[in-house]
Amino acid sequence: MQIRILIPVLAILALALVPMLAPSLQVLMTLALAKGIAVMGVTLLLRAGQVSFGHALFFGIAAYAAAFAAASNLDDLFLLLFVGAAGAAVSGLLVGLFVVRYRGIFFGMLNLAFSMIFWSVLEKFYHLTGGADGLRLARPEVLGLALDRAPFELLLYYLALALTLGLGWFATRWLGSPVGQLFQTVKTNETRLEYLGISAQATLLKGYILSAVLCGLGGVLVATAQGIVTPAYAYWIRSGEMVFIAVLGGVGSIPGAVAGAIAYEVVRIYAAAFAADVWQLVLGAFLLAIILFAPSGLMGIYGALMDRISPRRAAAREEKTSAQAAVQTKEART
Amino acid sequence: MNLSLILLAVFDGVSYAALVFMVAVGLTLIFGVLRILNVAHGSLYAIGAYLTASIGGAVVAAGYSPILAFPLMLIAAALVGVLLGAPIERLLLRRIYAKSEVLQLLVTFAVFMILEDVQRLVWGNQPYFESSALQLLGNIQVFGVYYTSYQLVLLPVVALLTLIGLRLFLRRTLTGKLITAVTEDREAARSIGIDADRVYLMTFVLGAALAGLGGALASPTTSVLPGIGAEMIVLSFAVVATAGLGRIEGAAVAALLIGLGRSAATYAMPELQVLVPYLIMLAVLLVRPEGLFGTPAARKI
Repeated sequence: MQIRILIPVLAILALALVPMLAPSLQVLMTLALAKGIAVMGVTLLLRAGQVSFGHALFFGIAAYAAAFAAASNLDDLFLLLFVGAAGAAVSGLLVGLFVVRYRGIFFGMLNLAFSMIFWSVLEKFYHLTGGADGLRLARPEVLGLALDRAPFELLLYYLALALTLGLGWFATRWLGSPVGQLFQTVKTNETRLEYLGISAQATLLKGYILSAVLCGLGGVLVATAQGIVTPAYAYWIRSGEMVFIAVLGGVGSIPGAVAGAIAYEVVRIYAAAFAADVWQLVLGAFLLAIILFAPSGLMGIYGALMDRISPRRAAAREEKTSAQAAVQTKEART
Repeated sequence: MNLSLILLAVFDGVSYAALVFMVAVGLTLIFGVLRILNVAHGSLYAIGAYLTASIGGAVVAAGYSPILAFPLMLIAAALVGVLLGAPIERLLLRRIYAKSEVLQLLVTFAVFMILEDVQRLVWGNQPYFESSALQLLGNIQVFGVYYTSYQLVLLPVVALLTLIGLRLFLRRTLTGKLITAVTEDREAARSIGIDADRVYLMTFVLGAALAGLGGALASPTTSVLPGIGAEMIVLSFAVVATAGLGRIEGAAVAALLIGLGRSAATYAMPELQVLVPYLIMLAVLLVRPEGLFGTPAARKI
């Protein structure tokens, strides 16, 4: 069997066997996969050449929506996911209508501004949101069944894995679809897109809503796994973490988002013990190192490794990249 | 609402606007020349504040005259500009001028993350409060309302002097003209022999020092604690975006607009206080996407 097919299959198998082989890692991996889903949202926008420093906004909105729903009668895991995704989609539409008018600096910073607004609302209106203490999210029922802690966590893990695979597949297919191709043209040449008679703003908005929903689903999963939602869910540190993971995994790579999230969480759990005070510093330094020295991230390193193992495909790939480079230099000249 | 309350709100707004302007003007100056939005600008503000509050506190505690707080502010600003600004431009930004906007944002964001933790490492999590400079100047009475002279006189005067000084510097001095030339057209400036690298370095150091000075001036009026850098970068971005990126005089108008709007909300609807600056920014950007004084960029095909 081709090694390029074998390795992803083995990786998915290993993930599926985590609860049996390494039960102590199960909760950690649930959080890692949930974050991976959220990071896919940031990754998606990177494909359109935009970076958002405020996507924790949708992570937080969905988590709070789920917490409010759980406090009412709608206390079911799947309902919570639906409510969170719907909340993220609606807020993604409203914020998106505004931010898709901008690119680059404004896009990134306006997203940051929206997330800071939401964060300060969470902190200020404490009679509604519980302020800095946040809200408790009691373990919800699953399709009418009240589960104990252990089976619930097991189920949540497989749900996170299934959602990661399903949403990752969907996001990849979406990027390959006509609308996804147009979406990526926002990065390469927006003006040409407009000349084709297609609204770049409307295209970007579609991708933006999808990215908000992905972040939202990640937020609901993390909230149910941790049993609490706090304003920290929407703080800039969380947004920065998502951007970091997206860049770590490989700019614009959907599998990279998941791989990056898993690598990030595993390293954090061991490194945080002796670097808790300087965690942001370590992240920032790493981010600089990746951008300056390994701009294609983990997936780039993986790709280079694969090219060494099976050189037949590498030749084809090289041809492709050199062709791409030629196109890029041509575009840079115009 | 009676007259004295309105006056208080106006004074609050003006002194706040002066502080925000000091930070925003550095941000917009750097953007105008380097075409990079420095996300770490808020951290430079915070470090200026921390330096002044901690050293000032030590100086006063050692029994020296509190009047030393004023030269100390200038020293703190210079330290921020030279010790932080210069290495950031020289070692990092210089490598990425040719890269895409997103990568440039990511790099300054990474610097921001690093500096936020550096503050925590050096100064810890506890708040610093050192207001002897503010007390030294006492209060003044205007139309029957008492207000601190520091906030009502010193801050606006410093902000005005900065605005006028920058304008004169950019229009009348040779160095200023070089900066303006590079802002207008980098390639043309290079071709007539202007050392663009030096201009970039000077501009960044100047901008960083202004952020440090803003923090130093703010420190007597508020507690210095973790997170003020993050708040300030978002707020000064709101000012700069409202004015139009790269507009120095515009930043003064926008700072005043946002400062007055914020203090009006403090007295009328306190829970909206945090939101008002952003609401003003969003309202302006909805009508004028390039900001109040910005000009639409030409599209390249």
